[in-house]
Order: sequence, then structure tokens, then C-alpha cells
Amino acid sequence: MTEYSPLRRALPHVFLVLAIAVILFPIYIVLIASTRTSSDILSAPMPLTPGTHMAENYSRAVLEGNQNLGSSALSMMKNSLIMALGISVGKIVVSLLAAYAIVFFRFKLRGFCFWSIFVTLMLPVEVRIMPTYKVVSDLGLLNSYAGLILPMIVSATAVFLFRQFFMQVPREIAEASQIDGAGPMQFFWRILLPMTRTPIAAMFVIQFIYGWNQYLWPLLITTKQEYYTILIGINRMLSGADVQIEWQIVMATTLLAMIPPALIVVIMQKQFIAGMTDREK
Amino acid sequence: MVQQYEFKTKGLPYLLVLPQMVIVFVFFFWPSLQGLWQSFFLQDPFGGRLLFVGLDNYTRLFTDPSYGYGESFRISIAFAAAVTLLAMSIALFLATQANKKIRFASFYKTMMIWPYAVATMVAGVLWLFMFNPNVGVIAWFLKHRLGIEWQHLLNTGQAFLLVTLAASWKQISYNFVFFLAGLQSVPNDLIEAAAIDGAGPARRFWKIVFPLLSPTTFYLLVMNLVYGFFETFPIIHQVTAGGPGKSTSILVYKVWRDGVINLDLGGSSAQSVILMVMVMALTVVQFRFIERRVHY
Repeated sequence: MTEYSPLRRALPHVFLVLAIAVILFPIYIVLIASTRTSSDILSAPMPLTPGTHMAENYSRAVLEGNQNLGSSALSMMKNSLIMALGISVGKIVVSLLAAYAIVFFRFKLRGFCFWSIFVTLMLPVEVRIMPTYKVVSDLGLLNSYAGLILPMIVSATAVFLFRQFFMQVPREIAEASQIDGAGPMQFFWRILLPMTRTPIAAMFVIQFIYGWNQYLWPLLITTKQEYYTILIGINRMLSGADVQIEWQIVMATTLLAMIPPALIVVIMQKQFIAGMTDREK
Repeated sequence: MVQQYEFKTKGLPYLLVLPQMVIVFVFFFWPSLQGLWQSFFLQDPFGGRLLFVGLDNYTRLFTDPSYGYGESFRISIAFAAAVTLLAMSIALFLATQANKKIRFASFYKTMMIWPYAVATMVAGVLWLFMFNPNVGVIAWFLKHRLGIEWQHLLNTGQAFLLVTLAASWKQISYNFVFFLAGLQSVPNDLIEAAAIDGAGPARRFWKIVFPLLSPTTFYLLVMNLVYGFFETFPIIHQVTAGGPGKSTSILVYKVWRDGVINLDLGGSSAQSVILMVMVMALTVVQFRFIERRVHY
């Protein structure tokens, strides 16, 4: 800022490049491993340069998967995608409707609804594992997409974000639309939703990543291979004796699992940062 | 305050909140109440006969040393504290570097931010692979170049270090996003004024920038503790499975293990209730603080 010297100007670059190297190194290792053969990896140390088996490993990972797994990366990515889209879209729809009711309507149970949603902040899955499992099992939703998605749909954070945004919308607009003869739902569709595009996009990025990266919940309720998400698949491939693990397939699958959420963050970086830091307020 | 315009349609608002409320009750309140109820009973895992035992499940947690609950508490606190300290200090340092007017700043930011998308579980796999005693690149380097035998499945200290590193690595980009946003909102004229008054870079940071960042720091402190306590289950499950022994068995891992693997439903439920109280305390602290901030 004020002091200028060559060293002062170079240092930030040194630190940042170093940090990025530390962040990227594990991913580089995964990339290398996914291009090598099993025996390359097992004869430690694995060479740190790319091998020649990339196409072979990836096509096996995508089409067949590990020998002891019985599920391919393609089918598991499909499940992860369904789960991530189901959770993100479901959350946004349900939260938009609830926030709309809470902000724009006066009704008896408004305070009660608001506080019930607020309390869910305090009940993450991690702390109510067994009872939630039991409820989902009683409803017959084990090994189903509905079971993977529905319990994850409630989001106090999404309701808060939309509520915050709706509260800044000038009420004259709502009043004017009423005078012009539009019903509340017409106002919602035609006027409010188009205004809410940016927060919706921000929520979508955050919730898609949240959904894609869910681990504990699918671990509990999926026992059939056809419902494995990609993360569960990776865990199953790794749960065997060390020598039986086909590291090159596991690493190819791990890299594939990282791509969709990473792409979304990079492409929608602006909305993502806005959405994240807005939650703080 | 001016009366805000509100729609007066009678039934519609109930219809609008209905989906949200159904899910809240079916998947949040009902299981939580069941958990609370369950925590007062002993159930044999096969027949499902319930035996009311009052607070026994709770007292057992805190009085029976073989249950290892106090130990798990101690491990969780050490783990969450280590992850919070490591991930926050590194992220703050890097955010101050990236906030300088340097070339490639936006490239650096993107590279720092995208690992937010990496699943906690994948972070575990990445570090597990590097430190696997048989095939891991770093484990090999430690052994053959530095003479350190890396065996995180046998050595409790190494196991703790490995899960801490993996969990912190994953959390840095989250903290980075918030610190960077916080730093960008620090007014530049304040810093320039201090510089004119003769304050050096370190002094400017600690006397001006850091205090102005305190809302962000506090928010991140809570979020990182929550992450360390509750969201690191995938790393523990994947990397160490709570071992060796129970040396990395943090509270959320123990709830899962006692409930799902050991089928001790009463004990697992009692632990769940304790965790719920902890999350509530953290949430209340956070919101108290945010409310206060609004009046700035």
C-alpha cells in the first residue's frame, strides 16, 4: 500500500503460489494415480508424472466400476445428480413459498411457522441420526430417491435469505398489483419471482454443492448398489484390504466426483460469494 | 412504524407454508422427539422391548469410564479447536495477501475459493491416499527420506494429525471467502491515515484491520467450531474409523457408531440429545451476537 520495495511486492505472490500448491498437490496426486496401473501405484513410491492408462482407467471407472463394487461411476454420478438437484431445487421451491407467506401475509400461525423453521437450524442430521433413520424406514423410504432428498429439503438458511430479500421489496408494488386486479399468486409469479433471480441463483450454487457432497445420510439409508451416490461408492471401494483396492479406479472416480460441484463454483463464482457472505447478515 | 401492506387472503398462506411445515414436522420434530423419548429407555436390539430407565442412559455416559464418553468429548474439543485455529489463521493470512493490489489477484482468488466445492469425504480420501502407509507418496517420503515411520492406523498422534490436516485443508477456502469479503469492506482511508501517522504494516493490521474484522472473525469462529464438532464425520469415518483405539472417535462419530454399529439405541439417543443442546447453545450465541451487530 504505502511501502514499496521489490521484496514487499514479491512476497504475496510467493505465499499465494505456495498455498495454491499445497491445495492442489493432493488433487495432482489423484490425477496422476488415475493415469497409472495398479502395479505402478502399489510399487511405492508411485512416479509423480502422468502415466499412459488414463483412457483405460476412466472408461473402466465410468462404465464398470471397481470389481467388488457392482456399480459404475456413471450410475452413481446419476444418483448424486438426482440427489443434488432434488435437494437444491426442492429447497428453493419450498423455502420461496414459505418465505413469501411469512413476509407478505398476515395469518395466525405466522410466528409459530417462522420459529419452527428457525429451530431446524439447531437439528442437523448428525445429531439425530438414529431417530430420523427410523422415521424414514417406517415410511418405507430406505433405498429411494425420495428418502435421499426429502429429509434434506428443509433449510432455515434459504428461508432466511429469501425472507431478507422479500422484506426489502417495496410494498407499494404488492399494493399496486392488487389494485390492478392481480391475485397474490399472480404477483408472486409475474413480479416477485423475476426480481428474486439473483438470490435464487446464489442459493442454487450453495445447495447443489451441499446436496452433491452429502455423505452421512446416504451412508445410512442406501444399502442397494443402484442407489449409491458417488461418495458412498468411493467409500465402499476403499473398505477392503489394502491389496485389493484398485487405487487407479478409485482415484479416477474421486476426480470425477469433484468435477460437477467445482465447475459450478468456478462458473458461478460471483453469485456463490454473494450468497455465502449474505447469509452472515 | 408505517403499517406494511399485507395480503388478506385467508387460506392461501397456510397452503404456501404447508410443504415446509410437513417436512419440518415429519423429518425434524418427530425424530427429535423420538430421540428424546428413546433416550429414557433401554431397548434390546432384537426384540424391541422397551424398558424405562429414566436418566440412566445419561448418567452412564458421564460415570462409566468404559463408555468413553468423557474421552470422546475431550478429543472433539481438541480436534475442533485445532481445526478452527489452523484453518482460520491460514485463511486470514492468505486473504490479507490476496487483498493486496497485485497482479493475478483474481486468478489467486479463484484458485483459493474453488476447493469449497470439494466434499468433506473427498478431502478425507485425498489425504488418506497421500498418507497411506503402503502406497502414499508422503508416507513414503517421510519413511525413506526423513526416517519417520507413518502408521496412522497404529499411532494415535499421527491419526489425530492426519484428520486435523485433512479437515483444515478443506475448511480454508470457506474461511478465505469470508475474510476476503471482510477485508474488502475495510475503508482504505483509515489505513492510509494510519500510514501517514507513521504506523507500519503490522501495526496497521493489528490496530485497525483486525478489530474491524472482528464480526467476520467471530462468525467464522462459531462456524468453524460447528464444522469441527459436527460436519467432520466423513473424514473420521473414511480416514481413521475413530481409531486407533478410540483416539479419533469424536462425538458425532461415536453417536453413529454406538447407534448404527453397536445398536445401543438408548445410549446413542442420549448422546444425540446432548449434541442437540450443544448446537442450540452455539446457535443462540451466534444469533445473540448478530442481533447486537445490527445496532452498530
